Amino acid sequence: MSRIPLDPRTAPPFQAAAKALLGDAQLRKNVRHATDVIQNKRRKLVEEKQDWQLLRESARQIRAHALQHLDVYLDEFERNFTRAGGTVHWARDAAEAQRIVVGLVKESGSSEVIKIKSMTTEEVQLNNALEAAGIHAYETDLAELIIQLGEDQPSHIVVPALHKNRAQIREIFRRTMNLPDLGDKPADLADAARRFLREKFLRVKTAVSGANFLIAETGGICIVESEGNGRMCLTLPDTLISVVGIEKVIPRWQDLEPLIQLLPRSATGERMNPYNSLWSGVHPGDGPRAMHVVLLDNGRTNVLADSEGRETLQCIRCAACQNACPVYRQTGGHAYGSVYAGPIGAILTPQLMHMEHSQTLPYASSLCGACYEVCPVKINIPEVLIHLRNKVVEQNGWYTPESLAMKAVAAAFRSERRFRAAQRLGRIAESPLVKSEKQKFSIVGQKQTGNTGWIGWLPGLLGGWTDTRDLQAMPEETFRDWWEKRGKA
Amino acid sequence: MTTTREEILKRIRSAKGASSPEQAASAYAGIERGYQSSASLARKEILHLFEDRLHDYDANVYHAGASGVGEVVAGILSGRGVHRVLVPDGLPSEWQQGAEFVVDRGFSSAELDGFASVMTTATLGIAETGTIVLQTAPGQGRRAVTLVPDYHLCILPAGRVVETVVEAMRLLESTKNIPTTFFSGPSATADIEMTRIKGVHGPRFVDIVLVGEE
Amino acid sequence: MKVALFITCYNDTLFPSTGKAVVEVLERLGHTVEFPAGQTCCGQMHWNTGYQVEALPLLPRFVAQFEHAEAVVVPSSSCVAMMREHYPMMAERIVAEGGDATLPQRTAVLLPRVWEFSEFLTKKLGLTDIGAYYPHRVTYHASCHGLRSLGLGDGPQKLLKAVRGLELVEISNLEQCCGFGGTFAVKNADVSSAMLSDKTRAVLNTGAEECTACDNSCLMHIQGALHRQRTGVTTRHIAEILAHTEASEAAEEAGETEVNV
Repeated sequence: MSRIPLDPRTAPPFQAAAKALLGDAQLRKNVRHATDVIQNKRRKLVEEKQDWQLLRESARQIRAHALQHLDVYLDEFERNFTRAGGTVHWARDAAEAQRIVVGLVKESGSSEVIKIKSMTTEEVQLNNALEAAGIHAYETDLAELIIQLGEDQPSHIVVPALHKNRAQIREIFRRTMNLPDLGDKPADLADAARRFLREKFLRVKTAVSGANFLIAETGGICIVESEGNGRMCLTLPDTLISVVGIEKVIPRWQDLEPLIQLLPRSATGERMNPYNSLWSGVHPGDGPRAMHVVLLDNGRTNVLADSEGRETLQCIRCAACQNACPVYRQTGGHAYGSVYAGPIGAILTPQLMHMEHSQTLPYASSLCGACYEVCPVKINIPEVLIHLRNKVVEQNGWYTPESLAMKAVAAAFRSERRFRAAQRLGRIAESPLVKSEKQKFSIVGQKQTGNTGWIGWLPGLLGGWTDTRDLQAMPEETFRDWWEKRGKA
Repeated sequence: MTTTREEILKRIRSAKGASSPEQAASAYAGIERGYQSSASLARKEILHLFEDRLHDYDANVYHAGASGVGEVVAGILSGRGVHRVLVPDGLPSEWQQGAEFVVDRGFSSAELDGFASVMTTATLGIAETGTIVLQTAPGQGRRAVTLVPDYHLCILPAGRVVETVVEAMRLLESTKNIPTTFFSGPSATADIEMTRIKGVHGPRFVDIVLVGEE
Repeated sequence: MKVALFITCYNDTLFPSTGKAVVEVLERLGHTVEFPAGQTCCGQMHWNTGYQVEALPLLPRFVAQFEHAEAVVVPSSSCVAMMREHYPMMAERIVAEGGDATLPQRTAVLLPRVWEFSEFLTKKLGLTDIGAYYPHRVTYHASCHGLRSLGLGDGPQKLLKAVRGLELVEISNLEQCCGFGGTFAVKNADVSSAMLSDKTRAVLNTGAEECTACDNSCLMHIQGALHRQRTGVTTRHIAEILAHTEASEAAEEAGETEVNV
């Protein structure tokens, strides 16, 4: 059941992937339906929370503070988690994280693991590494199970299988669980997953998870979930391995006050998600006997080093920006070529890749600002997008056609004389392309309307516009020409 | 050879400048916390809100006087046809009426799976979110006992119900190292076409008995 | 009041009728309009596409042209958003790179006097009814920058509701981007077009004859599809609606004035 992972290093440019996905009517309907439902629920619950903006501001400050003092809080977390009987491991990159986890699973004596949905383990492509080492991983979140059994890829941070509808899910379950008579009601499908997984929960002795927050002062872990599969994995096995990005640490218990209010309302449009689990280390007689946390860098320190991109790491993975994004809502998540899709993916992925890959992602946005508006920790995603675009331009150098054109236009803007010349030149250049709609005949009761020229085809970089849109031709007189004449009259 | 730990910490420090626990503590004190932190409703309204929220999540709510819990429990269990109930150590024996009650003695996962029902008390209730807070404590047991059985009957003294999440977090501050589980209604998923389906892996049926204060 | 008009580069070149309408409205309200001739562009296109180095010189140019104005009116919500959101930081950067040290202060003093056109009418002048007449069914598109960056709220709709004869019909996806996004419309033409389909469908569903907005860039985009599909529905900047009166209607009927679409 090995799948080709979403890998920013090999993914096609956003435009190309998006173009292909835009042709998938079923996917677009599924994505639209799911994001509509979550957005509507979210909007209602945010409106009832009168201190929402104060919660956001507090959460922003907590997350920014934690990043500013990340070395202190990771050290504190490690000390307290270790004191509570856990073991901390550090991983520079995906390969090191894979090696550590494979080693720990083998050490636990198990050739199988049960897994809680975790974007971080998707990011490091852990399942493929486990499989290569002869270890089978069972995804236990319903959506992740659908993805795994369907040999698919996650397309959303919170609802990874939102691009599939019930008929498609039924087909996957019928085939892979060998259930020819499976019904197509969502409850039938959830019930099939319950029966399929219950046996795994009771039998498999090693579990792998991510985490929503690490709490420095208690050495604590916080995991929020909906289905109870998380609690099964956290409490029934003998060994638990949590792979966690270094940015997930928060200083104190009290920091959860705003965070656990903002997260569920933003993520699933619930006042509180069905389950929150909070604990630290190992507790005799309750839960796993061995507890490991793997702290993952994998490009995060690179993001941290950029003072303008750093706020990206404040993210608490609620996916509100994905649901609100008009681009994501058209394409779904796979177009982003990374497990982190949508606006947050468009800023996180290129930065995690040291700007060497995914250079089209910062442009996968109309900068409409819907993402910033809904972000519970106030990440100014449009600002970061613009910042990354500047980096891409710097990396690409001067001699691209786009760069040359932009420089020429910029030069025109620096002088009134050149600007007027450019306006005249533009009118001349476009003239062969303009189709006149001037009325050749006089039609009873119809007067000639003012604008009469349209462009239906443009060359080169501008051709994308006229694929689906006409462009109004330039009027014969600019505003400043009119103003000058008016002054003289 | 430097360890990975040292290398990552070095990267972090060179990325944003080194920090010290003292610097962190002093900056931490400046974080604004202007959000609502205390109750805004009268006691009676809080309990009504709590009950409303629990109903939203398809949990049933019952009431009992301090001395009548056992009787109410017996009624609920007989209504559901439950004959055998798992209980953690430390649950008041006068509550245990109307069925056979088996105390958890560290059963294996498979043994836990043999129980269809569990009865516990809880540390707190949170009205605004309809949340119940469980901790590894007498009367509540280890985390697995309230997870594996399909039916959870939870007895909560009404005096432990607070209005807001923030109040709850502050009350939990002194026990923040103990394993703590918040549950809000029965386990649920919306992974299939965003349709909320009750009960995936955790208990699918939850009843709450609120004790006193009414 | 003496009002300086910053027409913006694309209105100057492509939508002069919007500028004429702004002049007409402001003069009708008894204000004097000035047009500093050295003005060109706010720098938005370059800044947002990643050409920050190219955008920087346009800030001192704008400040020099407008710093003596009592008020600056701009018939483009996205250009005003560009200035409010980025000019302070750009000024600091110019200083950091050894440029004019007076810029941050001069920019900070100027920006509070820069108004988007509808905002100038509703917030600065406190007006909603400015005596316009426009007997048509119209829907309003809230451009993202007007909605989210400037917080225009329902100011533009209030102006439209006060126009005699105008029937305002609300669009279903008011808060949704039309898919323009400057260079996004050509760099990601396919996604942009998909977003535009949603917007034009909503425009058509209103049954309006015209779609208006505070930003011709969105309107140029929406109009591009409405025209390509021969829907017969057109777009018009809000200033052009507000400039229209019973007298101009009568003149048009008599065939005296050219209608600027």
